[in-house]
Amino acid sequence: MKSSVIIFPGSNCDRDMAVALKKFGFKNQMVWHEDNELPKSDLVVLPGGFSYGDYLRCGSMASKSKIIQSIVNFAKSGGLLIGICNGFQILTETELLPGALLRNKLSEFICKNVFVKINNTENNYFKKIKKNILELHIAHNEGNYFCSKDQMKQLEDNSQIALFYCGKNGEVNENFNPNGSSKNIAGIFNEKKNILGMMPHPERMIEKYLSGDDGSIFFENLLNNIK
Amino acid sequence: MTLKKDVLDPQGSTIKKALKGMNFSNLNEIRQGKYFEIDIEEKNQKKAEEKVNEMCKKLLTNLVIEDYKIIGSL
Repeated sequence: MKSSVIIFPGSNCDRDMAVALKKFGFKNQMVWHEDNELPKSDLVVLPGGFSYGDYLRCGSMASKSKIIQSIVNFAKSGGLLIGICNGFQILTETELLPGALLRNKLSEFICKNVFVKINNTENNYFKKIKKNILELHIAHNEGNYFCSKDQMKQLEDNSQIALFYCGKNGEVNENFNPNGSSKNIAGIFNEKKNILGMMPHPERMIEKYLSGDDGSIFFENLLNNIK
Repeated sequence: MTLKKDVLDPQGSTIKKALKGMNFSNLNEIRQGKYFEIDIEEKNQKKAEEKVNEMCKKLLTNLVIEDYKIIGSL
């Protein structure tokens, strides 16, 4: 399986993502944002970081990069596209995913482990996953998911909410909402569920003795589902 | 350019708290926004504003969360 990780000026989780993808068996290639054509890929990842220094709005300028048209075509034809953290922000700015990521409710950068509950397993990302609550890492200043009432209705009616922030036992409520995100949303899908945007970083949780292993579960499962 | 009324503005509310702490009373709300000075090579004001309007729609604002107003030219 071939994966591509896109590098924007200011991306900083691109290499972590590449390490994770290779570890679980992807043949990965790094793609510069000024390229016009995406190489042949089974999976494309927009990594975390601070593209364009988060100037203007997080992800806004990356969403106008040369490579984006090729990524939009890839996703519109059903290709698997993940945006992690800044990548999620880029996906909302390209309007491949609805809504926007606002500044955290308490105006502080959050860097900690959280639990997330998988809300929909009828897709290539979470089908047959062996745990439905994962411990992952978040590190962001703008992770407060917001969308209009109509968009929220569509997300709910169509099971597009991918992940909720939750407690260790899967409790989804305000006590386990780190950033003020609407309905504790940590990640969403597009309508067809081939595009996934999420704030938590699975690529930071792939070494049992360093960080925890729940990111490994995510990547192993994804690869099993698509190979 | 400001966040829409129904969008939470944590920076604005933090600033409001600080101002209240400095004894500025009767404060109802503070909304923080952005301001751009755009210099365009264009003599016709209407055309210049049309161009800026297009810039706002395509990049400068995110209409899901922000409103904007073109104030005019100097």
